[in-house]
Amino acid sequence: MLSIRNLRVSFRDEHGHCVPALKGISFDIPAGRTVALVGESGSGKSVTAMAITRLLPTHGCQIDACSEILFAGRDLLTASRRELRQLRGADIAMVFQDPMTSLNPVYTVGEQIIETLMLHTRVGRKAAHQRAVALLKEVGLPTPDLKMTSYPHQLSGGQQQRVMIAMAIACEPKLLIADEPTTALDVTIQQQILQLLASLQKKHGMAVLFISHDLELVGQFADEVVVMHHGSIREHAPVQQIFEAPQDVYTKALLCCRPHLARRPARLPVIKDFLGEAGYSEPPQRQRGYLPDDEVILEVQNLSVEYHSRHGWFGKQHCCQAVQQVSFQLMRGRTLGIVGESGSGKTTLGLTLMRLQAASAGRVLFAGHDMLAMSPRQLCDYRRRIQIVFQNPYASLNPRFSVAQILTEPMLLHGIGRDHAERLQLAGNWLERVGLSHQALGKYPHEFSGGQRQRIAIARCLTMHPDILICDESVSALDVSVQAQVLNLLQELQDELGLSYLFISHDLAVVKHLSDQVLVMQHGRCVEQGDADTLYAKPQHPYTRQLLAAIPQGWPHSFKPQVA
Amino acid sequence: MSTPSSLPPLTAANPSHNSLARLGWRRLRRDRLGFAALCIVGVYLLLALGAWSGLLARHWQDEVAKPFAPPTLFVGVGPQHVELNAADIDAASQRSRAAAAGDSSAATGLAASEDPLAADMAAAQQQAAQYRSAEAPKADSLPLGADQRGRDVLQKVLQGTATSLLVGLSGALLALAIGTVLGAISGYFGGLLDDLLLWGYSVFTSVPDMLLLLAFAAVSGRGIGTVVLVMAFTSWTGSYRLMRAEFLKHKSREYVRAADAIGASHSRRMFHHILPNVSHLLLVQFSMLTVALIKYEAILSFLGFGVGVTQVSLGAMLAEAPAELLQGYWWQMLTVTVVMSLLVTAFALLTDSLRDALDPKVK
Repeated sequence: MLSIRNLRVSFRDEHGHCVPALKGISFDIPAGRTVALVGESGSGKSVTAMAITRLLPTHGCQIDACSEILFAGRDLLTASRRELRQLRGADIAMVFQDPMTSLNPVYTVGEQIIETLMLHTRVGRKAAHQRAVALLKEVGLPTPDLKMTSYPHQLSGGQQQRVMIAMAIACEPKLLIADEPTTALDVTIQQQILQLLASLQKKHGMAVLFISHDLELVGQFADEVVVMHHGSIREHAPVQQIFEAPQDVYTKALLCCRPHLARRPARLPVIKDFLGEAGYSEPPQRQRGYLPDDEVILEVQNLSVEYHSRHGWFGKQHCCQAVQQVSFQLMRGRTLGIVGESGSGKTTLGLTLMRLQAASAGRVLFAGHDMLAMSPRQLCDYRRRIQIVFQNPYASLNPRFSVAQILTEPMLLHGIGRDHAERLQLAGNWLERVGLSHQALGKYPHEFSGGQRQRIAIARCLTMHPDILICDESVSALDVSVQAQVLNLLQELQDELGLSYLFISHDLAVVKHLSDQVLVMQHGRCVEQGDADTLYAKPQHPYTRQLLAAIPQGWPHSFKPQVA
Repeated sequence: MSTPSSLPPLTAANPSHNSLARLGWRRLRRDRLGFAALCIVGVYLLLALGAWSGLLARHWQDEVAKPFAPPTLFVGVGPQHVELNAADIDAASQRSRAAAAGDSSAATGLAASEDPLAADMAAAQQQAAQYRSAEAPKADSLPLGADQRGRDVLQKVLQGTATSLLVGLSGALLALAIGTVLGAISGYFGGLLDDLLLWGYSVFTSVPDMLLLLAFAAVSGRGIGTVVLVMAFTSWTGSYRLMRAEFLKHKSREYVRAADAIGASHSRRMFHHILPNVSHLLLVQFSMLTVALIKYEAILSFLGFGVGVTQVSLGAMLAEAPAELLQGYWWQMLTVTVVMSLLVTAFALLTDSLRDALDPKVK
């Protein structure tokens, strides 16, 4: 139904150079089938979707003259604005990644759906209203009548995405483009949305172009998979072949780079491993778990955190329990994983341990001393010994500082190194330790990729010789292959320096890979805690079971690397 | 601040390492309009520097030409000014004396021999002739004409621009300093401190700007220093609001939290970490304020609250314009208008380009 022929798109950067984003890709989307477009950031998958709907910016973007996008026999690239407007929304609909920003916050949900309906179908307002209620019901929103008059901010993220889907299918489109529709959502919600999309696809017989960075996710859902890398197609095959007998090394790497629930190799494979002549064979498995003779380095007892908010000077005070009565022990040289969905209080917990957030009750014993009771002066030294790596490597490095400044500042503040020259020397050494060159010292953060920035952030922590590293979603913003590299780095550093990690993540597979002990949080409470292998094998709490069930399973007998 | 300049082997080895400031500069260079505006502003600043240091237009107060001498290119086009000097008066009195003829003098109706003061008058006239110095010849025309007292409009406008720029720049700097410090404290610490400062801000903004300006000016007399202070005190509010919002936004950013985690103090986080990240806004705010203050100064001087009588500014020159225009002498007003519009436009365009060039949302 839709066929893309030799699509070439290039962007003009600020220096006036042409940067190719798509290097001549061709594929078809047959009617009623689901085609998944998989690739890492910068692979050109979103650009493809934008090209189909002609939403690419007109300025600074060039589409090659030989490119064709045929939709039901019409070339979309040469269609007039008028034709396009009729097609968009009616025949081709789109669901975007972030529902919070895709819905207009000043109109009610109902008005937005009605608007779509009245624009594209010749129905009156009353009929459109009825149809909108039916649509909301169809996408599984409870009390659709009430939801019609709600504003987007009154709905949760999952509900907003359902509304977006309702708008997309309102006019019975022939093609639905879903651009990372579940990336911004929690893992349990993600599963629901995927099931919804799958059932709607069958019911309406739509063709779906599903764009995702997660190959496992796609496995449940797609008929065909197109793997993209750097603007070209690496492999295009039916889903079964992609998972069971991938031909391309990049596809193989994508399949194996992600930590797996069933396996825990000592070192995760990275793309480079598959490019070699010898092929990749998996290193031996790593055993995890606390041992009886481990030394306790951090003990948290009944920690609670409350947020207070008050409206105006004389308003009533509101109290929100972000963390309630959490207790755990962290052993030297071990990793404690903390999993939970958004709003579970896991980030607040990490910040409280750093004393970046005040606790309301409880004790944090660090090597036997209560950190929460310390004076700021006493705290100074302890603070050096517990450090944090944040989620977003783009935000956690000061863009105005050079790498040398970023790395020497903590040493300066804590009196490490005699003079500037020595600190620079140390900074250079740490940079090399995390896999960057000495030359990087003079550069600025914007000159690095996400993975490299995260390495710099890790190096910044290491300059202070910490005992404990809190990794707050530290690898969640990274691409799969880069994620594997950073996870390997963290593991090497732990083995070498005896660091203890508090690994906070929403990603259960990553937590399983790195953790000895796992703590599951929900609504600020710890619902289950235990040895990593035991907890994943025999989850006790229903919430843990729910979380585990929501992990995308990929393909039952997917390609596995050989074990050495 | 430890700058990368202390690492010569690393930075010198690879010149492609660009700080955001350097990237911004490069982007500004590419923006032709912005760069032209920058050049114009630069020329103005050079001229002003010349005037401040006394190299240029030092003698602007000298009456080097005949009053209202026209611009060189327009000699004879405008209204002709008739100047009466001592010789003219003498000649006129001679003529009237001749007309009165013989026995009676024009002034007294007495014959010279009967006038008791005649001898004294003659002596006084002789004395006056003795002391009359040879006056420098006064020019009939000047490149941009002369004003009422025969001062060179070109020199005057140079000096006036220098004064206006001095007032604008230092006023803007002071306003920005007040706004930034208060805004930083307000946004960063929040709480009661923020509330108190916000109240102060609300009080200031509740009074119309011009009224506040005039009230301050009225109680504090004339002079450049007063004008600078008055304008700084009335125009810090905009930058206060901006900085407060920026600090509020940045204090919860991860890089500031990371700085907290490595043990940086409050002031270090405020002024070492956050301030450089909002400096592009400050720069834009600075040039916008400068433009506004140059205009405010003109208005104040026009209304008579501006710089002192022994100083000249663009506004003071404009204040002379209405009386001159009535008599048809247009050159001073035209000069000031062109000079000021060019300056203000160039500054405004520069602001626009700076905003584009210094946006740190670089990939």
